[in-house]
Amino acid sequence: MSRSLRGRTAIVGAADTEVGVIKHMGATQLCIEAILRALADAGIGKDEVDGLVTCNSMAEPYMYHAETIAEYLQIFPSYCVSAGAGGGTTFTALHQAASAIESGLCHTVVIAMADSLRSGMTREKALAMQSSTGHPQFERPYGPPVPGYYALIAQAHMHEYGTTSEHLAAVAVSTRQHAMRNPAAQMRTPITVEDVLASRLIADPLHLLDCSLVSDGGAAIVLTSRERAVDFKQRPVYLLGVGEGHGHEHISAARSLTTSAAADAGRRAYAMAGVGPRDIGLAQLYDCFTPVVLIELEDLGFCAKGEAGPFVAAGHTAPGGSLPVNTHGGLLSHTHPGNPGSMFALTETVLQLRGQAGERQVPKADLALVHAQGGIMSSHCTIILGSEATA
Amino acid sequence: MSDLPSKMMPPISPETAEYWAACKRRELVVQRCTSCGAHQFYPRVLCTACSARTVEWVGVTGRGTVRSFTVVRRAVSEAYAPEVPYVVALIALAEGPTMMSNVVGCAPESVRIGMPVQVVFEDWSETVTVPKFAPAA
Repeated sequence: MSRSLRGRTAIVGAADTEVGVIKHMGATQLCIEAILRALADAGIGKDEVDGLVTCNSMAEPYMYHAETIAEYLQIFPSYCVSAGAGGGTTFTALHQAASAIESGLCHTVVIAMADSLRSGMTREKALAMQSSTGHPQFERPYGPPVPGYYALIAQAHMHEYGTTSEHLAAVAVSTRQHAMRNPAAQMRTPITVEDVLASRLIADPLHLLDCSLVSDGGAAIVLTSRERAVDFKQRPVYLLGVGEGHGHEHISAARSLTTSAAADAGRRAYAMAGVGPRDIGLAQLYDCFTPVVLIELEDLGFCAKGEAGPFVAAGHTAPGGSLPVNTHGGLLSHTHPGNPGSMFALTETVLQLRGQAGERQVPKADLALVHAQGGIMSSHCTIILGSEATA
Repeated sequence: MSDLPSKMMPPISPETAEYWAACKRRELVVQRCTSCGAHQFYPRVLCTACSARTVEWVGVTGRGTVRSFTVVRRAVSEAYAPEVPYVVALIALAEGPTMMSNVVGCAPESVRIGMPVQVVFEDWSETVTVPKFAPAA
């Protein structure tokens, strides 16, 4: 008989490093910096950490990354894991950490991820690392760059549902509007749908501004049990639901190009939390490329299949909309250091649910959904977080 | 020649050797399950439809349709740059399975989802011949 994780753990610390182009720190330093800031936010010292989850860095890889970070800090955890599921890593790591706490393996887990895709490696190397997601025999020989894989999804969605390039562009515009309210965001200049369409084509139908950033940066959170959470200095943010869905690894093996395993992940997370899409006040949706947000909006039940383009174009996801999406500015406009990308969606959600998001605070933010995917719409994880009011 | 950047050569494995050997003979093959009749691609030791370990190689027509495609304007690496713009597509074979490939032999702008295509072969090395697709005659 499985026990539900609903409300059993809470995030009690969260912090980002500087993000963007960070030349004075390597990826390992950024990871450590994120941890120290998250511990300070939580009001605890490193020796109170007995669980550590990281993901490997592309710029400064270690064979056993989490163990290396523990060694660097001279902490000696009872639970220590390097997670790996691409962009979905952040939340599958959270899922595992919450399970580890619930099963008694540890009490206080730090999840920390950082990388230096911009300053720690050449542009050619960063592109090569990322495109290695393709099947080495049956995809990569054909020369698909990462945007090309997602373009296949976009093209199929346009063909099947009448989604347009303007709809895709509306995602970039909405996300930029959020970023303009976030002093930490890398890209804060206003853009229009016309600007997106006028930016150069990378892989049809994706323009440059349909693609996310390539950045340096890191973030960390501190997760502990519900019982201990009340002893920390910040108001706890409770993990109410979590669910995963794994549909394929390679896009050429996808069962559908337009419906993803986000539907499975979302269904499982909603069931655990006991809520539905209409209860959600804000959402952070993985936005490595604009079409991904459209498919996630649909698969997570925020609008009917095929209707996400008009939904975004109508302003629902923008600041002040019915469902603000990517309130920090997402991977498109805030920052995107690779696999750690979703950590910033997580730390932003913590700020929002604590009511500490400043100019971009969403009113009455009590229940939030955060979703990430890795591979090419392959591995999905949805989490639902709530303030004390919902837990 | 040796200082020219190399395309991504498929690392052929025991499991896929027959596929690449057939390409060398300019034949496209996929696996078919002798228990349930399902075709599958890429090659595996079991039939993913019925779990039987009775898969055999069969020749296919090489006909298919474009399931989705993109025109790549910024190459994945230097080796692919001379071919920009090139079409990366998912091809639904007439026999069922989907495979990734390039659509060649036509203007990239003329490619459409649902377009009928036919396999063609491109020799890359002594051991590697790569199946690509061109508009069906």
